[in-house]
Amino acid sequence: MTRTLWDSTVGKKTIMAVTGLVMLGYLVAHMVGNLKIFFGPGEFDGYAHWLRTMGEPVLHYEWALWLVRVGLVAAVVLHGVSAYQLSRRDIKARPAKYVHKKPRASYATRTMRWGGIILALFIVWHILDLTTGTVHTSFEAGHPYQNVIDTFSTWYGNVIYIVAVLAMGLHVQHGFWSAAQTLGVGNATRDRILKTLANLLAAVLTVGFISVPVAVMTGVVS
Amino acid sequence: MKLTLRVWRQQNPETPGAMATYEVDNISADMSFLEMLDTLNEELTLAGDEPVAFDHDCREGICGACSLVINGDAHGPERTTTCQLHMRSFADGDTIDIEPWRASAFPVIKDLVVDRSSFDRIIQSGGYISAPTGTAPDAHATPVPKPDADFAFEHAECIGCGACVAACPNGSAMLFTSAKVNHLNVLPQGAPERETRSWTWWPRWTRRALAAAP
Amino acid sequence: MPDYTQYATGEPVVDTKAPEGPVNERWDTRRFQAKLVNPANRRKHTVIVVGTGLAGGAAGATLAEQGYHVVQFCFQDSPRRAHSVAAQGGINAAKNYRNDGDSIHRLFYDTVKGGDFRARESNVHRLAQISVEIIDQCVAQGVPFAREYGGLLDNRSFGGVQVSRTFYARGQTGQQLLLGAYQALSRQIASGGVELHARTEMLDLIVVDGKARGIVTRDLVTGKIDTYFADAVVLATGGYGNVFYLSTNAMNSNATAIWRAHRRGAYMANPCFTQIHPTCIPRTGDHQSKLTLMSESLRNDGRIWVPKAKGDDRPADKIPEDERDYYLERIYPAFGNLVPRDIASRAAKNVCDEGRGVGPGGQGVYLDFAEAIQRMGRKAVEAKYGNLFDMYQRITDEDPYTVPMRIYPAVHYTMGGLWVDYDLQTTIPGLFAIGEANFSDHGANRLGASALMQGLADGYFVLPSTINDYLARNPHTDTVDAAHPAVAEAVAETEDRINLLLSVDGDRTPDSFHREIGELMWEYCGMARTDDGLRKALARIPEIREEFWRRIKVPGTGEQFNQSLEKANRIVDYLELAELMCLDALHRAESCGGHFREESQTPDGEAERRDEEFSYAAAWEFTATGGAPVLHKEDLVFEYVHPTQRSYA
Repeated sequence: MTRTLWDSTVGKKTIMAVTGLVMLGYLVAHMVGNLKIFFGPGEFDGYAHWLRTMGEPVLHYEWALWLVRVGLVAAVVLHGVSAYQLSRRDIKARPAKYVHKKPRASYATRTMRWGGIILALFIVWHILDLTTGTVHTSFEAGHPYQNVIDTFSTWYGNVIYIVAVLAMGLHVQHGFWSAAQTLGVGNATRDRILKTLANLLAAVLTVGFISVPVAVMTGVVS
Repeated sequence: MKLTLRVWRQQNPETPGAMATYEVDNISADMSFLEMLDTLNEELTLAGDEPVAFDHDCREGICGACSLVINGDAHGPERTTTCQLHMRSFADGDTIDIEPWRASAFPVIKDLVVDRSSFDRIIQSGGYISAPTGTAPDAHATPVPKPDADFAFEHAECIGCGACVAACPNGSAMLFTSAKVNHLNVLPQGAPERETRSWTWWPRWTRRALAAAP
Repeated sequence: MPDYTQYATGEPVVDTKAPEGPVNERWDTRRFQAKLVNPANRRKHTVIVVGTGLAGGAAGATLAEQGYHVVQFCFQDSPRRAHSVAAQGGINAAKNYRNDGDSIHRLFYDTVKGGDFRARESNVHRLAQISVEIIDQCVAQGVPFAREYGGLLDNRSFGGVQVSRTFYARGQTGQQLLLGAYQALSRQIASGGVELHARTEMLDLIVVDGKARGIVTRDLVTGKIDTYFADAVVLATGGYGNVFYLSTNAMNSNATAIWRAHRRGAYMANPCFTQIHPTCIPRTGDHQSKLTLMSESLRNDGRIWVPKAKGDDRPADKIPEDERDYYLERIYPAFGNLVPRDIASRAAKNVCDEGRGVGPGGQGVYLDFAEAIQRMGRKAVEAKYGNLFDMYQRITDEDPYTVPMRIYPAVHYTMGGLWVDYDLQTTIPGLFAIGEANFSDHGANRLGASALMQGLADGYFVLPSTINDYLARNPHTDTVDAAHPAVAEAVAETEDRINLLLSVDGDRTPDSFHREIGELMWEYCGMARTDDGLRKALARIPEIREEFWRRIKVPGTGEQFNQSLEKANRIVDYLELAELMCLDALHRAESCGGHFREESQTPDGEAERRDEEFSYAAAWEFTATGGAPVLHKEDLVFEYVHPTQRSYA
């Protein structure tokens, strides 16, 4: 079974679809959590603390969070490796390109690969910035509210974040529909529903995530 | 009408190919696309040049031999096969780019002719029902619900031309393969070999539920 | 060289294999008489099968299933593209699922009568018997025939019969049956039972000590001339309709395999029996490369008519009902639009000859669905014929839902072919011919939906039983190899022919010759033939042949993929076959089925058979190119279906 799953193109695509949906679920939760920033530092920092005590007393402090982190890292790695290998296969499958070139797909579809790479780089920066604080100018552990405001008080912090969120929106827009196709959910009659759902998800996530830096920039959150 | 054709010429699999430009005149709108190429080939032959090689046979849209990418579209601008495409789909003075299917699974043999034996190998790997001659029960022994029979037919009518591979940005044969899997798996006669013909990640009932869902 | 028409009549040819006794027991008797090859020994026997259509594909798969080593060839890039794929309407079987009075005997009767009493009773009866097994076999393979809501198989009626016995898969029955055979063949290729050579064309037959032992081939990709050897050779290479240039055959369908076999000693039977299909799309101009068939099933609901007045060029909807002549319904009230193909075609020709044809050049008649759309509703018509209507619209740019279709007859099928006995063996021992390549079952006219039936009957059931007998009785202990003089000679002849074609370097293309011979044949050996016309054609053909070898231009080389060379090489054979067809048509001074001699008609213009003189199959023996052949007659005996003048009125 692992052979079939990992060696075949269909298997790799299935892995991409499932890991993509896992990450999508995480994004929705993450975005909802982010919106807590509009309720003030107490609510937001309290929520951040709860993430570490989640699952107690069955689990110890931060265990649940680490489980999530491990799961996410696995998803990111599997998604990325599959994507890389599938891309290699795709490129190998058509060594000589058509002379007559024709745009065949939407912008979201054509930017999946670059978008994915941008997102991967962003995730690294994002963790170094707001989780470990390594690249943060004034990071204070346990005070995420202030850390966020500091990040979005720099021009580059805003630029990096907004570009990444837009890339995420495009990636979700095509990725969700694509995952549905891979998993056999899609068909002719459901196509419109799935595409609408994908657009809705992408829009909600983009607006939700971008609202935070915009709020900081406009002073709504300070 | 008068047309400019830019055609992929490639002497054999080893030699690199390139686009060559030809002018054709007196093309009737009632001609099929292949008849237009016949006209070009007659002229080339008389001029002592080698005619453009292209696969074609039935010219009724069913054998799946014809295989041209026309202006970047597999089989050209209409939803039909190259042989059923007529020149009325083009305008006087048009420039038309004609290329072969391009995929590493379909190496070019000459000009516009490619080797599609990979499709045969897909069928050989399980695209059949093992029913040796003489073993069959009466045709009415197993009724097949009409929707299933129709579903099977709609997948079985794939002509195996390879346009799906030619058009797929990834040069993938998923459509061809899944058409055969769907044709055989939905029929009761194909049921005993389902699990060896195609392996599925999900239990059958989930697929049935999915199919039944709105 | 003596005049080609001065043929000699040789010894009668006799089918020694059909057993005596009641017709319905003969096949069982024959199968019991046949010697068998021990299953363990079968893999030591190699059988060459040329062609992968319904007959060839089915035979290759079945022989491999039995354990024989099969080496199979097709000139297409894949076995799935053989021209059987294009058959639209359906396949007959005497299942009597409709309880409408059908039976094996009725299918047998209809086929013998439909063939205008020029087929062999034993063969036809066997075909009717096997028809029921074919449907079972195909359903088991997953052929998605049309079904009713109860889950059982649907049937429709077809021209020339009054029962519903035709099984179908929309308008793509041939495709679905072929894919069934192709998949069965693929299974054997995967298991090593069949060694397939695609894009490989047979160019000659190798006969050693009077027995067929192999073939000479050309690899169409590399141009390499090769030889393959076997214990028996099966030709499943289809018909020769492309001799007419414009036909419903695929562009590459050709007569080379059977003609080369004929030159090596296999008799060619009834070559003038060609079927002109009544419902094809009329030609639009000189550029036309082939004709497209519209399934005969359209005649179930469409009504055929022309204006009553000559030269009436008003559009169809401006011609009032009482100025229309529904001529088939008028002349043949019992069968109406469903008369057999030969009759429908000739009637169309007659009204066009009278100047009442429609469309460009007056070469067409209307096939009108207005009444059907009114009766059944557009939706129902769409469901039944949608794909055919779409095809018509794509080709003609006219909407058949609002404007009546225009149709005209076109060459479609050849009933003639290599002479075979009851075992489907030709006059060369070890050479078998199956499907359209042989002459056996359809007499002078084939009924609709019977070609698929015959191809599959031969391939799945008949040949795999009868070839056992030959292989068991002829164990080849000697091995034939390339050094054998007969082999060297066949290879040398092939190479010489190809080199000659390449070296002429004249000023005419292969297509121009093909078109010329085709037009000549359509004119003089088409829907109506006369002594005078046939003699004209016979005088002209050797001239074209001479011109061909003087003026043919084949660019490129022989050591490459070269479609011009393929074409030219096939035309060489058409130029000889056409001559034999005309001679056969000339010698058969009667009308029967698809062969209509104007000199032999009833007062009301129907075909008049002359049984006392022509109740035989004409098997021709080759002597030399352009040399008069020798006629061998096989007398036809009718014990069960007594010849009557066919009447469909």
